[in-house]
Amino acid sequence: MKEINVVEITKTVRDLCIDANYYLSDDIRNQLLKAREKETWNIAKGVLDKILINADIASTEKVPMCQDTGMTCVFIEIGQDVHIIGGSLCDAINKGVAKGYEEGFLRKSVVKDPINRINTKDNTPAVIYYDIVPGDKFKITIAPKGFGSENMSQIKMLKPSDGLEGVKEFILKVVKEAGPNPCPPIVVGIGIGGTFDKAAVLAKRAAVRPTDEVNSNPFYAELEKELIEKINKLGIGPQGFGGRTTALAVNIETYPTHIAGLPVAVNINCHASRHATAEL
Amino acid sequence: MEKRITVPLTQDKVKGLKAGDSVLLSGVIYTARDAAHKRLMELIDKGEKLPIDVKDAVIYYVGPTPAKPGMTLGSAGPTTSYRMDDYTPKLLEKGLKGMIGKGLRSQEVVDSMIKNGAVYFGAIGGAGALISKCVKKAEIVTYEDLGSEAIRRLVVEDLPIVVVIDSEGNNLYKQGQSAYLESLK
Repeated sequence: MKEINVVEITKTVRDLCIDANYYLSDDIRNQLLKAREKETWNIAKGVLDKILINADIASTEKVPMCQDTGMTCVFIEIGQDVHIIGGSLCDAINKGVAKGYEEGFLRKSVVKDPINRINTKDNTPAVIYYDIVPGDKFKITIAPKGFGSENMSQIKMLKPSDGLEGVKEFILKVVKEAGPNPCPPIVVGIGIGGTFDKAAVLAKRAAVRPTDEVNSNPFYAELEKELIEKINKLGIGPQGFGGRTTALAVNIETYPTHIAGLPVAVNINCHASRHATAEL
Repeated sequence: MEKRITVPLTQDKVKGLKAGDSVLLSGVIYTARDAAHKRLMELIDKGEKLPIDVKDAVIYYVGPTPAKPGMTLGSAGPTTSYRMDDYTPKLLEKGLKGMIGKGLRSQEVVDSMIKNGAVYFGAIGGAGALISKCVKKAEIVTYEDLGSEAIRRLVVEDLPIVVVIDSEGNNLYKQGQSAYLESLK
């Protein structure tokens, strides 16, 4: 039985909110550097250069890379043998977000009600997903989500007869319709299967998965490769100005689904694809 | 080769800008996004005076992060422009000549740009820290209650932007993609 005090959780969430916004993660930086090396189109090279320079400025001056510091998505992996003490876990997480966004000079971009839109002034509440796992692990992933890219995400309830081709067609359609809006080069998170809601969460998890991790299922690893090639052939390019680099990565997560269903969700991340993780 | 342009954006400056041109912009620009645009529309509809002079002006679609002590402005990259599409033609009718943002614009906006002689620039989405360095002065003009969405007057120096849609309706998003794909053949 491992005891974790909420005070530690609040502090860690605070730090991760700031880290995710100030510092480009290594895997994304590597993808951008690889893309820059392979890029052949002049204006595209210029955009990729500026994106990398921006990341350097942000990390040196300790400021956010982007002004849309996002709505805070939180993934918590909590072991069955963990006992949270000192207060409510959910409150502790939200307190950490509020502290991080205030002390890190991040933008407060959350409204309390989607229709009656009054700003909550502290970027809470976060959107929190909890996974109960064996053992005494406690892992926090913060993924601030900007809405330029989030607004370009789509979900569709395909028919089983639409099959793999239907899935590929939908994914390409979403990327084409998004065009320059989500700040390409993008990271595409795809969720296939489950229920309507499960597919969407799978897509978000996929978008946040480190881009240097290959899919453990060889069939989907192959599909990820095929899709990134097809997406880059569209020629949308960095910021939509044309070029070889439209996507930095395509990640797929799947789940069993109903005999009558084939849900497909496409969650698009921008070229920062921000995420930061810590274990307590 | 970048073109150095200063605000005000007069007609001849606008006519000289073509889709795909790289520009370094200097001078005064105003920030406004969703909430501020909505209020400006209400004033236009009531026939009331606007809090800023939009004639030959440039509006930057941005909601910056709070500035750290000693900084002029927080991170300030562009927000996605299509959300301002409904509001734009009326501002172009009033004399607005330049808009900076990122992403697609509607056909109505493009038609109004051609009719009124205006240019749409793209700033690099996500380059909030880099762009902030080009801002030499920043002050809230009005709508302070909107926080990040207030109308700010910025003095910028060599702000790196690209002409995405020019006053003839030529569109870099279409041209750039086509030219790149053509080059592969």
